[in-house]
Amino acid sequence: MNLQLFQLICFYAFAAVTVVSALSVISLKNTVHAVLALVLTFFSAACLWMLADAEFLALALIVVYVGAVMVLFLFVVMMLDIDQEKIREGFVKFLPVGLIVAVVMLVEMLGLIGVRAMGAQVMGANPATAAGLSNTAWLGHALYTDYLLPFEVAALILTVGVVAAVALTLRNRGDARYESPAKQVRVDPRTRVRLVKMAASRPDEPAASPTPDSQEPRP
Amino acid sequence: MISLAHYIVLGAVLFCTAVAGLFINRKNVIVLLMSIELMLLAVNMNFVAFSRFLGDVSGQVFVFFILTVAAAEAAIGLAILVLLFRNRSTINIADIDSMKG
Repeated sequence: MNLQLFQLICFYAFAAVTVVSALSVISLKNTVHAVLALVLTFFSAACLWMLADAEFLALALIVVYVGAVMVLFLFVVMMLDIDQEKIREGFVKFLPVGLIVAVVMLVEMLGLIGVRAMGAQVMGANPATAAGLSNTAWLGHALYTDYLLPFEVAALILTVGVVAAVALTLRNRGDARYESPAKQVRVDPRTRVRLVKMAASRPDEPAASPTPDSQEPRP
Repeated sequence: MISLAHYIVLGAVLFCTAVAGLFINRKNVIVLLMSIELMLLAVNMNFVAFSRFLGDVSGQVFVFFILTVAAAEAAIGLAILVLLFRNRSTINIADIDSMKG
């Protein structure tokens, strides 16, 4: 089969899966199912990116989003005890408004960007391959030279995000027992052990024939 | 043959789906967060497509940064959500009106 035709068929298949699963994300009743539909959306979007020769980003999308962010979403959804009926009220009420706004926006966007003019712009040669590199090397060269400072700022943002997430959800429980390393380090031996001077004394000689009254209970 | 219009139209459809999701799921904060993720995905789709068709690496670098910021945003947003649920026992937006905004 013609390769370009095959690519086009693949594009339509993945795009259909993406759109249908995106629609189910916003319309499914069960939030867990909605999260799973979002996973499917990201996965098929990664396949579409791979069709556009963005292999590194496609795999990063799967690893970072499907692997980490969506699992976090699933954790939170399953952890919270949500009243499904109450959370759904207003769905029918706002459905026409949402549909009208979405359709009008879509029509405006498509009219604005000029679909016909862009349809003439077909996919040419892979720019990474034209430069003699793989996609990852192509991206990496740009990332570590021209975009080095933004790259490090991104690392800083991630660190701040982790610290903020932990700081927000951490709470001190009253009944929890834990040790404080700072206090442990600051311990002074003189406050723990007290040496007492005592006069030496000899224990009494045991009696030859112990009588019951000689065995006094020790204090 | 795949053209630029294919990817752009798909991005627009995804974005409008996410906007509709924001409107019809007014009560559920989790679905609102997921709609925002969908919007970011639509924007990323445009970036990847333009990067591929214009032969410029900057688009893909930008997608990389959007993924980074979106991951941090999701982590902090879900942390706030957990905190909210712990204090108010609800994630219904209509109940969260103590600031009277």
